Amino acid sequence: MTTDRIKMILAGLPTHIVLIGLCLIWLIPTIGLFVTSLRPFQDINQSGWWTALAPRKAVGQDVYEKYLAPYYGLDGKAVEGVDLFDPELIGQFRRSIELTVFLREQMEEGKVQLEEMPDPQEMSDLLTYLRQLSGAENAASRLRFTLNNYIDAVMGYRGRANYTTACAEGEQALDLNCNISDLMNPRGMGRAFINSLLVAIPCTILPILFAAFAGYAFSWLHFPGRMGLFALLVGLQIVPLQMTLIPISRAYAQLGLNGTFLGIWLFHTGFGLPYAIYLMRNFIGSLPREIFESAYLDGMSHWTVFYKLALPLSVPALASLAIFQFLWIWNDLLVALVFLGGQRPVLTYQIGNMVSSLGAGWHLLTAAAFVSMALPMIVFFSLQRFFVRGMLAGAVKG
Amino acid sequence: MSDTQVPEIMKQGKIAPWLYVAPALLIMTAFIVYPGINTFLLSFKNADGTLSAAAACVQGEPCWGILENFRYALTAPIMLNAFRNNLLWGVLMVGGTVGLGLLIAVLADRVKYEALAKAIIFMPMAISFVGAGIIWKFVYAYGTGQVQIGLLNAIVIKLGGDPISWLSEPAFNNFALILVGVWMWTGFCMTILSASLKSVPTEIIEAARVDGATEWRVFWKVMVPIIMPTIAVVVTTMVINVLKIFDIVYVMTGGNYGTEVIANRMYGEMYISHQSGRSAAIAVILILLTIPFMVWNVRRFRAQEAIR
Repeated sequence: MTTDRIKMILAGLPTHIVLIGLCLIWLIPTIGLFVTSLRPFQDINQSGWWTALAPRKAVGQDVYEKYLAPYYGLDGKAVEGVDLFDPELIGQFRRSIELTVFLREQMEEGKVQLEEMPDPQEMSDLLTYLRQLSGAENAASRLRFTLNNYIDAVMGYRGRANYTTACAEGEQALDLNCNISDLMNPRGMGRAFINSLLVAIPCTILPILFAAFAGYAFSWLHFPGRMGLFALLVGLQIVPLQMTLIPISRAYAQLGLNGTFLGIWLFHTGFGLPYAIYLMRNFIGSLPREIFESAYLDGMSHWTVFYKLALPLSVPALASLAIFQFLWIWNDLLVALVFLGGQRPVLTYQIGNMVSSLGAGWHLLTAAAFVSMALPMIVFFSLQRFFVRGMLAGAVKG
Repeated sequence: MSDTQVPEIMKQGKIAPWLYVAPALLIMTAFIVYPGINTFLLSFKNADGTLSAAAACVQGEPCWGILENFRYALTAPIMLNAFRNNLLWGVLMVGGTVGLGLLIAVLADRVKYEALAKAIIFMPMAISFVGAGIIWKFVYAYGTGQVQIGLLNAIVIKLGGDPISWLSEPAFNNFALILVGVWMWTGFCMTILSASLKSVPTEIIEAARVDGATEWRVFWKVMVPIIMPTIAVVVTTMVINVLKIFDIVYVMTGGNYGTEVIANRMYGEMYISHQSGRSAAIAVILILLTIPFMVWNVRRFRAQEAIR
């Protein structure tokens, strides 16, 4: 009996190994992003996120010994008037470029004769080494995890330190006030989050509402050309979104709708409708006929039947449609890019901008990406049931 | 319900039904039908839409007259590269997502943690292309110095190799991008295929097992033929998705280093080169490529529904 059990477990082993392996491959990239978003920015470029819990290495010692030790000595004091291990001096250099400038000056003053300058990566390692050795920054005492990246991303802080320290020291950046109003900073994720909600919520409700009307009429009301019109509307699903951007952005420019929420609400409503009508008609049309028959016979008007019977009964379809539409709008970049742009930045726009703009390092990007992913993940994991059901009801739109 | 016999109860006045349909009809006409037709006409015009496309013709060089934009879209080297890349995407991403989706659907069916495993594989569907772009850019990160903060290059170094700039090296970058696509869409294929696998009658599978068929043969000879219609629907849906692929490339490489696909060319012609006629021609080609798959998809889907 026991040998049989062992045999069964062994036979199932390859299944578990392959499946768990695949799940890990699927998960690890996201975990990497999450761990990174919680690490102090000084650490992120010094070591991989998987070493977040390992002892910190002394980076840059080899670079120091190669380039600077011959002149400044191992104690950093060999050149007269300069002490490389002086925390006051090293504390001034916030970025490696400033150290480069300092070394150039030293060469011009004839104090040292470096044969070649370290490359940028080496320079950054060098600065880390000097900071640690001089005590200008105590790496060992720095916390391994921090929420500063999230605060910086939400407030839109792009300076050299982090928002909390900068504000505490009174070194506020130009567009920051160090009070609650910073949450509305146009460069920050806080503002973008609210904009994303302002786009996504109406864009979810409007098409579903109109689709419920139309779906009801297509299933339970008679009018000439009903089926033909339905087929035509559903056929519109194949029109790629990109195909309509050009004429609509021209029309919007004339109507003054570019950069307004109204413009993007209407656009997303138009594009959400074909799929929504298709799904709603199929669902409302599959409700038991007897219910509608007896309701009409009891003298209920079609309007009463619609909102007292059809709407409440189609809640499952409405829910899965709402989830789809919400996620689709929330995650959209292209339409927001074309119709809202930088005037009312949404999350995806803001992050896309950070990728290309200078000065936004991994610490900001990872935190910002996670801010944008948090809501979809919550929606998805809490309402997964509806999500899957909606997907099985018809091919997903893309 | 067919149109031939209209039940009495459905006769609810002549105007009322139109009131229900009107909002949807109006918005769809304004935002899909009108601009769609407009773009179609635009594809026969020159860059700023004022003259016929033939105006762009140069004496002594090949020209297709009013179809000049289509000549560009079908013959320009940069376009051919985009078509080639889209083909690569099509083969690898459709194969990858459907193959892996089927594998995971079959394996997950046999374990106790099925729901968890499926949720993990499905999760990327919920996040944006922008978010996924950053997640994978970080995996592919390439440092010039000693330290590699990108997971993939760290692994390469551990295995004794040299770090690679995955996103700018033409030998790798398309594959690196396609991998992101597979990561995002496998969950979709898995979910649909899994539902279909569960509808295969257990008696048939048991009967095959009793007859001494190996699991491998049961899978290929019994399960796959039964779920073939669903596989066909998933494949065509994925082909349509691949034809429209845009965001991953836009976010991760911006179409640089030879990674452009058709939809990116369309965006580029419109918003970077301001050649709206060319952009419209590419859009028309894209929709023409999509239609056969769409029609086939709807047919298969209908046939499948009828069997149920």
